[in-house]
Amino acid sequence: MTSPTTTEPAPGAEAGTEKAPPRPVSVRGRGLPWAAMARLAARRALAAVPVLVAVTLGAFALAAASPFDPVRQYAGSAGLRASQDTLDQLRENLALDGPFTEQWWRWLTSALGGDLGWSVSLRQPVAQVIGERMGWSVLLCAIAFVLAVVLGTLLGVVAARRQGGWLDRCVTGAAYVLQAAPPFWLGLLAVWFFALHLGVLPAGGLTEFGEETVTAGSLARHLALPVGVLAVSQLPWFALYTRQGVADALREDPVRGARARGLRERTVLFGHALRSGLLPVLTLVGTRVPELITGALLVETVFSWPGIASATVRAATDSDFPLLAAVTVLATLAVLVGNLLADLLYVLADPRVDPEEM
Amino acid sequence: MTTADPTNDTNPGTGAGAAWRAVGADGRRARTRRGLVPLVLVAATVLAVLVVPPLFPLDQQAVDLAAKLRPPSPEHPFGTDEMGRDLLLRSVYGLRVSLLVGVVAALVATVVGIAVGAAAGALGGTVDRLVMRAVDVFASVPHLLMGIFIVAMFRPGVWPVVASVGLTHWVSTARIVRAEVHSLRGRPYLDAAISGGASRWRVTVRHLLPGVLPQAGLAAVLMVPHAIWHESALSFLGLGIPAHQASLGTMVEAARGTLLAGAWWTTLWPGLFIVVPTLAIAGLAGAWRERINPRRRSELML
Repeated sequence: MTSPTTTEPAPGAEAGTEKAPPRPVSVRGRGLPWAAMARLAARRALAAVPVLVAVTLGAFALAAASPFDPVRQYAGSAGLRASQDTLDQLRENLALDGPFTEQWWRWLTSALGGDLGWSVSLRQPVAQVIGERMGWSVLLCAIAFVLAVVLGTLLGVVAARRQGGWLDRCVTGAAYVLQAAPPFWLGLLAVWFFALHLGVLPAGGLTEFGEETVTAGSLARHLALPVGVLAVSQLPWFALYTRQGVADALREDPVRGARARGLRERTVLFGHALRSGLLPVLTLVGTRVPELITGALLVETVFSWPGIASATVRAATDSDFPLLAAVTVLATLAVLVGNLLADLLYVLADPRVDPEEM
Repeated sequence: MTTADPTNDTNPGTGAGAAWRAVGADGRRARTRRGLVPLVLVAATVLAVLVVPPLFPLDQQAVDLAAKLRPPSPEHPFGTDEMGRDLLLRSVYGLRVSLLVGVVAALVATVVGIAVGAAAGALGGTVDRLVMRAVDVFASVPHLLMGIFIVAMFRPGVWPVVASVGLTHWVSTARIVRAEVHSLRGRPYLDAAISGGASRWRVTVRHLLPGVLPQAGLAAVLMVPHAIWHESALSFLGLGIPAHQASLGTMVEAARGTLLAGAWWTTLWPGLFIVVPTLAIAGLAGAWRERINPRRRSELML
């Protein structure tokens, strides 16, 4: 995404994805612009409010248009025998009467108070479902994301160093294939190879059969495959963007100057080329969050990971609206935080960018 | 697909004298050849999907339990699944469903995207700002999650999948079209048309849209693999195409059980049927992009 004509930078990256011409930098000391960054974060938090309102309202509008009746869902098979009076009573108890805007407002006010409703499919309060599973999902995503960024950047630098060489061809080719491969397919093949063929790693779950408590050793063994697959499915973007950025930077004057001064190749590559080539990758860190969540949904399903994904799929098959709505809001929040994080990283990395203008 | 080739980066400012010659005839030949392999692959895919079903009619429900889970052999080049069905034939049928869903969904998304993007770009002002805010909202919900939500609220099946892909994927096309319209707005021929008394509608339809179409077409082609991917992911989660119907996602889903019995082939082939057309379309789009604008360095985008 380097050209202004075909693709626009992703949301939250309005300023600075293109190589901006050096702007007059606002006068500030050598320290980092903490106050300006805090103001940027506050502005983004304010801008997130209408987005969240729109997303939740849209969800309620979709639910209102749905042919499924949540009351009958709640009642289950008993709903078939229940009288209309009972069902009406139930509808009132579940606060499902009135137009969808009214339901939405009730949901919003109670959600702000911490009550996210009752999950029909798991027979638990939604807040409890999310609280129990959130940690496992965050653990999986965080490790995989860090791994993908670090490995992808390294591979990108290695590939950019000798463009057109065999290493470059291998990395680029593999990256394109991995980009095209669905994560669930990669996950299943990994299960076959590592768990069945080699028999070195467990195929899924969190504990060994019959074990009750989670120990650090068994957790690491069970984490290895899901984390590896998620990281590998996210890695190509970082590798390709880094490769492009570093390859561009290698042709620019600062690198030529560094070479002319006789600096070591490693210093030139990591100290000069990578530093300026990394800027588009920083934007990518934020914009990849939705794909990370998508990938995590699929990978968690493949490996029966006890995270939010399995609950989401369960909720979807049972049309469990309260849980789905909460998960959607949560994912939206994660995406918005990711965008903000990318912008903050950008401000830290590129002194030409003025946080007041983002 | 195209970035591995250094002759590609034809930036006149940086090359030494020799680089000028290298870009000439050799570079052009390399470019045609690069476009050829993906073209053949895409053509083969489309041909297989169109020709195989009439020639080899397949009863989707037919089972042959005596021949179940055979590994690949001359008789069944891809092996058989847990019901004894030939995987090659079933994969082609699955690709047919997935490709159909992908093409229809990509068309829906592209039409919506062009309409919204062109309206935002041509009207400008408040409409533009409102549309871009809406785009931000749609972009901030992960696409698969939105798809899951839509399918969950309606019945799983082909149409909710098409609708969910169409509703989530128009955003990128709208952005591209809007940016392109904005870049066209300052051109003299538009000023000429406006001072000639052309209405806003006429300017949009006659002068803006034709200029936007090559880019939008490219986006539409690149959308097809996205849509196939999306459909197979939903089907894999059991929320897409009904399980008895062969689609690439349902086939991978059905293969989960037999994979644990060691039958790798039931998983491998349907996935390859997703990967290979995706790569072919990406390669084709890369060649197309270079044709639209040969000066520009080819980008990394899928």
